Amino acid sequence: MSDDHARTPGAAARPRLAGTLPEPGVPKPDALLVLDGVSRSFGGLTAVRVDHLEVQRGAITALIGPNGAGKTTLFNIVSGFDRADGGRWWFDGHPLTGRPAHRVARHGLVRTFQLTRVIPRLSVRENMLLATSGQRGEQLLPALLRPLWHGQEREAGRRADELLERFRLGQLRDDYAGTLSGGQRKLLELARALMARPVMVLLDEPMAGVNPALTQTLLGHITRLRDEGMTVCFVEHDMDVVMGISDWVAVMADGRLVAEGPPHTCARNPSVVDAYLGKRHDEPGTPQGQE
Amino acid sequence: MDWSVVFSDALRSGIGPIAAVYALAAMGLNLHFGYTGLLNFGQVGFMLVGGYGLAVTVATYDGSMWLGVLAGLACAVVLALLLGVPTLRLRADYLAITTIAAGETLRLFYRSTWAEDVTGGVFGLQRFASDFYDLSPIPRGSYGVWLVEFNSRDLWVMIVGWALVVLTGALLALLVHSPWGRVIRSIRDDEHAPRSLGKNVYAYKMQSLVLGGVIGAVAGMLQAIQVQSVSPDSFDPAVTFFLYTLLVLGGAGRILGPVIGSILFWFVLTFLDSALRQAIDAGYISPDVISTSEIGAVRFALVGLALILLIVFRPQGILGSRKEMLLSER
Repeated sequence: MSDDHARTPGAAARPRLAGTLPEPGVPKPDALLVLDGVSRSFGGLTAVRVDHLEVQRGAITALIGPNGAGKTTLFNIVSGFDRADGGRWWFDGHPLTGRPAHRVARHGLVRTFQLTRVIPRLSVRENMLLATSGQRGEQLLPALLRPLWHGQEREAGRRADELLERFRLGQLRDDYAGTLSGGQRKLLELARALMARPVMVLLDEPMAGVNPALTQTLLGHITRLRDEGMTVCFVEHDMDVVMGISDWVAVMADGRLVAEGPPHTCARNPSVVDAYLGKRHDEPGTPQGQE
Repeated sequence: MDWSVVFSDALRSGIGPIAAVYALAAMGLNLHFGYTGLLNFGQVGFMLVGGYGLAVTVATYDGSMWLGVLAGLACAVVLALLLGVPTLRLRADYLAITTIAAGETLRLFYRSTWAEDVTGGVFGLQRFASDFYDLSPIPRGSYGVWLVEFNSRDLWVMIVGWALVVLTGALLALLVHSPWGRVIRSIRDDEHAPRSLGKNVYAYKMQSLVLGGVIGAVAGMLQAIQVQSVSPDSFDPAVTFFLYTLLVLGGAGRILGPVIGSILFWFVLTFLDSALRQAIDAGYISPDVISTSEIGAVRFALVGLALILLIVFRPQGILGSRKEMLLSER
């Protein structure tokens, strides 16, 4: 079953996106995340200026673009880790504009990081348990009374073990997360994000610095999440990775959304080719050349 | 040279009331620094507002001791909020700068002539501890076993002090091993991860700062009671650095770290003091090399040397885990 899905990515989501025009800012039939006029500049540099972007529920959306296109900055803004200079955005109908990071996560929009952020001095299992939401034992006074949170903790522990097995980290569950390899950290971070029971995950370059075999494993996990109904949006700059699994691709360059569409149309889109290879007047040596 | 006197002095200091005071204050600091990763360099400020809260209520306003205790605790909460609100959203070093300045500012403020009517200025306050000693069930006299002997007053402070250390230790052990403690420890390593998982990191840091500060204030009250006076200059910044010294010595991020650290710190400090004194008296060290009046400085130099050796050979402290410490250096 899962092999079939891997060969025909987007089996569920693609038909619903079939009638959607491949244009930047196009409305989606069932948009979960909607961004409008989001902008952010650092000094004189405009890092992000996205007029409109909608992310389809239950699909894998890839946000691609060359280095410095503003993908991560956009992620940081939406997830509450950076503030926007302007614009508004909604998640599942709730306005999230300017919400702090922990509020965004509690709405079900959970992110991972380009450089993994596992907690080195907690065990792998504790890293998982940390992500459980709504724990009574995380409040100062109830924390003192073990019976108040013990049952909830045991329940969370069961779920953590299940997820760890699924991500093949079960044997490492009592090790300090700081002893994991880079690839294992990537897996743990993804598993931990799922532990928070998100509606949508934002993955910031999940495949960066990962060997080809593990890339396939990660792609398999991401596809399976989508097939289970999760909405996935990830940042990537490697086009080949994106083509295989995404249902929809949004392309950014110089902070703007320059193209959108199913993977195969995007690859042929002239503005995408320009963004990746540069237009003629952008060639190195010309005075206007940007870094 | 009488070694039994040296050992007697060192033991008395190691288990004495001041060791309990420092253990308690360092336990608060351990919650800040060892578990949450907050660089609080002004723990002495919390001790100061605690001690003065008690002394001012009783000596200046004729309140009861219990009201004074409440006042001291309330002052610590207010101080923690004042320090935390502007700085806890910023990087860790800003809290360090703010707290070290606040500790010193408080000392200068409490000793100023402007505040003299309330705080007694440079002379401080006395005669506020009698309520505490009246509660003592220990008959007057002197009590001792083996090499050590304490009078009934010191013994009472010791019993209360070490009981508070045990209670605080139990409370902190429950807390840091709960889900609350898991969040706190994750903030110590990387505060972005818990934020991305829906934890209000700012609120947790504030709770930690308040709780650790309140523990520091209790230590300050105990110290004020033990010496039966408060004076601004007994709360100088060096106290905070002694607290860090004994915390690192015992092992930060361990419940018993500050307790072992405090006992050992005071034992070694007094041992050196007493041994040097004896050696000079017995003629083993010529007064031309070290005179009796220089012992105070020399013992701290030796403690400093011991600390350097500790950092080189056992940087995690006595109870700390080296493996865990190395993991944090990514």
